[in-house]
Amino acid sequence: MSGVPIGIVRFPGTNCDQDVFDAVAAIDGARPVWLWHKETALGGVRGIVLAGGFAYGDYLRAGAIARFSPIMDRVIAFARSGGPVLGICNGFQILTEAGLLPGALMRNAGLSFVCREQWLRVDSTDTPFTRHFRPRQLVRFPVAHGEGNYVADDETLDRLEGEGRVVFRYVDEAGEATPLANPNGSARNIAGIADERGNVVGLMPHPDRAMSLLVGSQDGREVFRGLLEAAA
Amino acid sequence: MTVALRDTPVTPDVVAAHGIRADEYDRIVELLGREPNFTELGVFSLMWSEHCGYKYSRALLSEFPSTGPQVVQGPGENAGAVDVGHGFAVVFKMESHNHPSAVEPYQGAATGVGGILRDVFTMGARPIAMLDSLRFGALDDPHVRYLFRHVVRGVGDYGNCVGVPTVGGEIVFDDAYAGNPLVNAMCLGLIRHEDLMRASAAGPGNAVYVLGASTGRDGIHGASKLASTELSADTVESRPTVQIGDPFTEKLLLEATLELIESGAAVGVQDMGAAGLTSSSSEMAARAGTGIEIDVALVPRREPGMTPYEVLLSESQERMLVVARPDQEPALMAIAEKWDLPCTRIGIVTDDDLWRVLEDGEEVCRIPVAALVDEVPRYVREVQEPSYLAEVHGSMPDPDEIARIDPLAALEGLLSAPTIASKRWVWEQYDHHVQTNTILGPGPAGAALLSIKGTPGALGVSTDGNGRYVYCDPRRGGALAVAEAARNLATVGARPLGVTDCLNFGNPEKDAVYFQFAEAVRGIAEACRAFDAPVVSGNVSFYNESPKGAIYPTPTIGMVGLLEDVEARPRGGGSPGDSLILIGRDGAHLGAGSLLAEVLGIVAGRAPAVDLDAERRHAEIVRELVRGGVAVSAQDVSDGGLAVTAAETCFGLPAACGIEIELPEAEGGPHGAMFGEDGARYLLVVPAERRDLARQRLDSGAVPWREAGRVTSDGRIRFRDVGERPREELERRWRNAISDRMETMEDER
Repeated sequence: MSGVPIGIVRFPGTNCDQDVFDAVAAIDGARPVWLWHKETALGGVRGIVLAGGFAYGDYLRAGAIARFSPIMDRVIAFARSGGPVLGICNGFQILTEAGLLPGALMRNAGLSFVCREQWLRVDSTDTPFTRHFRPRQLVRFPVAHGEGNYVADDETLDRLEGEGRVVFRYVDEAGEATPLANPNGSARNIAGIADERGNVVGLMPHPDRAMSLLVGSQDGREVFRGLLEAAA
Repeated sequence: MTVALRDTPVTPDVVAAHGIRADEYDRIVELLGREPNFTELGVFSLMWSEHCGYKYSRALLSEFPSTGPQVVQGPGENAGAVDVGHGFAVVFKMESHNHPSAVEPYQGAATGVGGILRDVFTMGARPIAMLDSLRFGALDDPHVRYLFRHVVRGVGDYGNCVGVPTVGGEIVFDDAYAGNPLVNAMCLGLIRHEDLMRASAAGPGNAVYVLGASTGRDGIHGASKLASTELSADTVESRPTVQIGDPFTEKLLLEATLELIESGAAVGVQDMGAAGLTSSSSEMAARAGTGIEIDVALVPRREPGMTPYEVLLSESQERMLVVARPDQEPALMAIAEKWDLPCTRIGIVTDDDLWRVLEDGEEVCRIPVAALVDEVPRYVREVQEPSYLAEVHGSMPDPDEIARIDPLAALEGLLSAPTIASKRWVWEQYDHHVQTNTILGPGPAGAALLSIKGTPGALGVSTDGNGRYVYCDPRRGGALAVAEAARNLATVGARPLGVTDCLNFGNPEKDAVYFQFAEAVRGIAEACRAFDAPVVSGNVSFYNESPKGAIYPTPTIGMVGLLEDVEARPRGGGSPGDSLILIGRDGAHLGAGSLLAEVLGIVAGRAPAVDLDAERRHAEIVRELVRGGVAVSAQDVSDGGLAVTAAETCFGLPAACGIEIELPEAEGGPHGAMFGEDGARYLLVVPAERRDLARQRLDSGAVPWREAGRVTSDGRIRFRDVGERPREELERRWRNAISDRMETMEDER
């Protein structure tokens, strides 16, 4: 199989690995490759996705144990060297635990797991994963999480906004970031953020579940297309 | 249960405490040729319990059709399977976890999900969907809210973590379940035919392993004590008999099991579910016609000092029994290590037809396999129709009393009744998207629709069962549960392939309960034959009684069907000017229905009559209209009749739309036509430009139908000559009935 190799990390308890694998495989020119958590080398992958799920059962705290698995040292080095890394849901939680992204994901404000269709606004197109969207474009990705409440101190939030690093925000159908449109109480309706250079992005919603009109949305395709181009 | 010492003498009191009748004990002595020891007695009490041995139900269950060209695996394995074409089969089963959920709702529900998942992946199938059929008391009772909240959380936390979407199910709230909630979980898995694994301990000399979690004292006597007796005031003291679930270990076990089956590293695999090591090992040997020898000292323990009795009877979760040839052992061990799961050799397959248990090489049990599995007593009882039925049938309210009900106020009441209201509060707590197969999830349709990756087709799945109907009319009620499931499948264009069931009843040793069970089984069997939907798996749950009495007899039907081409799925939508077409005759039957139960608070009359020929023909034509795109959506007419169905249809239309319904002239008012629950009926949304097509097709089909109304643009729900309400007002009641109660009212444990 040819194509640009994109690594998908599998921790014990990762459960969206196959969905991400299928999403990457659906992009012409991309080749999904499994990265097992016990491995200590990346095998030449050019981009990395941390998929959703409950790595190590989310015991202790979501993402807290996964961060110390052997593969993560390599992922961190890859990210620091400018390689494209996308963390979805539990993958976002792991990226914050690993210090690649600021802030933390706390228990949903409503205290319950929430799974629904969700409108998002693309607030930054300055990342590889969002460059194919128009500024402030509305997209629909499902959310499904119990700990998606993004928190950071005001200084960090101001800096993220000031530097254009808030990538996705929870909005209503009209594109407004209202409290009602916020599924988990996230600060300033933040759904996804980028690191300083933009090559590391984490988001709670699932672009991997928005790859076909059969399941209601194919807006996620652009995210994976951008990943491929950055990796090529 | 007192501490189980192996040298406890077997006295008549001890025998009785194990739930074994005197005549059953005599039979055990005859089969063994001697008195059983204490450990052996415990083993018999499990294997001969209703939960494991089906002693009251098996004779009747043989009435179910269980064969057909589509059947890949019928009853007798961990789950059944039907062919879905293109080399794939769907493996599915439903199971109850009622009493554990009554005692400890979070863990009871969670481990119910875990158990049914294992039943499916132990056959080599990757679980692709869960559905849950739940019954609770009235939601205004604070203890019921506690049970409901924690059952929902238990279901969600377990399924969400393992990564299997919960795509549907149903929930009923009725005082009949106040002391004994029902938690029935159904799982479906997908497999290529050639990968199907059977749970058999074949090949004398092969080794027996336990894979997964270690064994503790949890769940001892879950099957016999908790599942096979009535709930009582001191059942809450039974918390130790409820198992504790760990979905993270389950996920690892799932992946490891599928990997070892796919790579050919095992001869047979069986979930260690109810009755744990005892039932899994003896059933595997029985299927293969072999014997088995296990040394309990080799079983990894969670706690020190466990006796053989405890190890054998433990229902610790997330464990598998695996049989492998010597040449398979290295691959088996490598897979276990990859997934960080303990895998320990604990015994061997033998050729002596004996189930032998050792402890450090010393024999503890020696029982012929057949005595445990094949010699379970079977009870067939002759019972009379219970007298309550005539009373219920004769107590219909006076027609004047019904005529005095304000129809629109009644509609408001029905839409805000938790049984009928939106279940969004529940299903938003379940991941219903993971695995990206969910075309229609828990919200919009009567059935879920799931794509089957690797094929052009989709699966329709529905669970149904109306306990009030069965209580009023056991035979009709059984048939109606099947008919409603088939109707729900028709609304998404799917044709029935097979059925699994969960038969929840009271104590079968009571005449009335046994009568209800026997009659309901007959009704189910008749309807399954009519729909060509064989029963390939299932579960019986008796003793659903509490000090408040028996539950409504509640068979739950899980039906799986196929839509061969996913492009033919209903697209939904609708716009002003579209026709609302009623398939079937106008309603008239109010007996045993929602109007009486929810508005007048009475249970009276007979359940609707069953016409299986009409059910089949009407389902066929609905399927055809949906598949051909003539109808953009379809709803079956069930709880609350045409009025509720019309309102729910309206809630599925774009925001500004309303509907207008015309009702036939009827003596005594519109109540029969609005709220009647007669069977074989559907309401279809047909775009204006396809109205003539629909008319042509319906007229040639010899099916009763009429154009019952149309979609409007005024945002109102109107029953012409009766009255109207703003859609927004009715929709708000329907949407918030459950969430308002759960978010503003306190629970009580």
